[in-house]
Amino acid sequence: PAGGQPFAGALIERRGGARLAARSPRSVHPGSRLLPPRFQENADPQKTAFLLRKQWTLYSVSPLYKFSSADLKDYARMLGVFIATEKQKGLAVDVDGELGVRVAMSGLPELRGSEQDPAAVLVQLSLRSSLSPKNSEEKLIWSGWFCCVAGDDLLEDLPENFTCLPLFLVNGAESYTAIVGSWFQKTFDCCFRRLAISPLNLTWMAAMWTGCKVDKSTAATELLFSVPHLPQPLDISYAIHPEDAKALWDTVQKTPGEITQEEVDVFMECLYSHFHRHFKIHLSATKLVKVSTGIASAHCDGIIKFLQSQYLIGVLMLLTELAISQIQ
Amino acid sequence: MAVLRPFDKLPELNCATILLVGAEGGPQQQLAEAMLREKKDFNINIHLASSLPLPPERDHLRPRIDLIAFVIDIKSKYSLKNVQASLAYVDVRFFLGKVCFLVTGVGRVNNCSVEMNAIWKLGEDYCSPVIFCELELEGIRVATAQRLLRMLQICAGRVPGVSALYFSLLMRNSAGD
Repeated sequence: PAGGQPFAGALIERRGGARLAARSPRSVHPGSRLLPPRFQENADPQKTAFLLRKQWTLYSVSPLYKFSSADLKDYARMLGVFIATEKQKGLAVDVDGELGVRVAMSGLPELRGSEQDPAAVLVQLSLRSSLSPKNSEEKLIWSGWFCCVAGDDLLEDLPENFTCLPLFLVNGAESYTAIVGSWFQKTFDCCFRRLAISPLNLTWMAAMWTGCKVDKSTAATELLFSVPHLPQPLDISYAIHPEDAKALWDTVQKTPGEITQEEVDVFMECLYSHFHRHFKIHLSATKLVKVSTGIASAHCDGIIKFLQSQYLIGVLMLLTELAISQIQ
Repeated sequence: MAVLRPFDKLPELNCATILLVGAEGGPQQQLAEAMLREKKDFNINIHLASSLPLPPERDHLRPRIDLIAFVIDIKSKYSLKNVQASLAYVDVRFFLGKVCFLVTGVGRVNNCSVEMNAIWKLGEDYCSPVIFCELELEGIRVATAQRLLRMLQICAGRVPGVSALYFSLLMRNSAGD
């Protein structure tokens, strides 16, 4: 799209509508969301650099019972023992010549929205090489981290002894995820569930992330659609130049500090009608399965990739909200 | 004259007509078949349309329409927009109990492309009941067919003492609780 003119028509019809109010305080779909906080000045991007450009699978976790961030070393040791016993039972991935899996648990205090949020917890599994057990080069084979960014909704009513870390992100083999997950479930009486992202929430992500200002030139905004009811599966990929997408979003988004459902609808409607004008296909009848922008990319199966550290907290805030609504 | 009017034509003897409006590829066909399979003591005509207005050429052959059910699939934003555009071609007197919204696809919230507030607002703006169902499941399809048949009976005036307007108010009040 070339600048503002082609979309002016679609915008004018909609401006008169009032903002849709949420039906109840905890409605399934909020009428509006606050804009994520901008780049935090004192956050060290180096500490969180290892989280970027990796594919993370999302889970929602119910609150953990009697979890203490002071006992991370003990937990790491117990988890290591558990993994070893699972391997002896023949349930784990077996690699030739390995000495064992080392478990490390650490806190990530910079990954939170405010002081009320509990600090994020990182679990890493590394393989000890059998070549030299002392100064062995450990290969990181699995990472998982729990976090909670702006989880005020859940934190308010939380009873004693419970820690709320509703979002869990995993990179690594599914077999280790199953073992670590079952250890946490047994030890802290919590429940893990895969967190899927609905097409509606993906449109929110497309709109919110397109609006983020990025310093250097970034990748195109790309939307992937899957067409239903066809004998052969058909995927449609729609790529928009990031500056054009941002220019469009800037003309749509008017309320300072927050984004409304109506603004997201108008943004998507502009993209859909532009596509329809050229290809005579109604994208609104298809299923949006993946959104990629310069900030992050998200897939409806619950897979996320972070690309910019300055907006990491903002993305985590939205994901925490989705995780909490799945738990409740 | 593209607008559908409720009392433009004379009713037929022992007969009621329902119009299902919904985007192509939806579950209307199967729902219609489920309705035809049900036991009933009157004849029913089921008309299917992908959108309104209906083609004017065949207007003189159409019977009087007693109930319009708009089918919205929450997996498709297009189906909602299609229904919203079609509503403009319905006479306002239909909205006195002779219109309902059938929202399907609610079995899989993770595939939702339509936000619920828009649907609630549609029901409130048009003073018509919103029925949530999952028409892909046979049991619910049969139950929905039975509900629609009952509503159709009332809208055609075949239940003494219960008018379409009274019944729709009853449905909306119980849904709001």
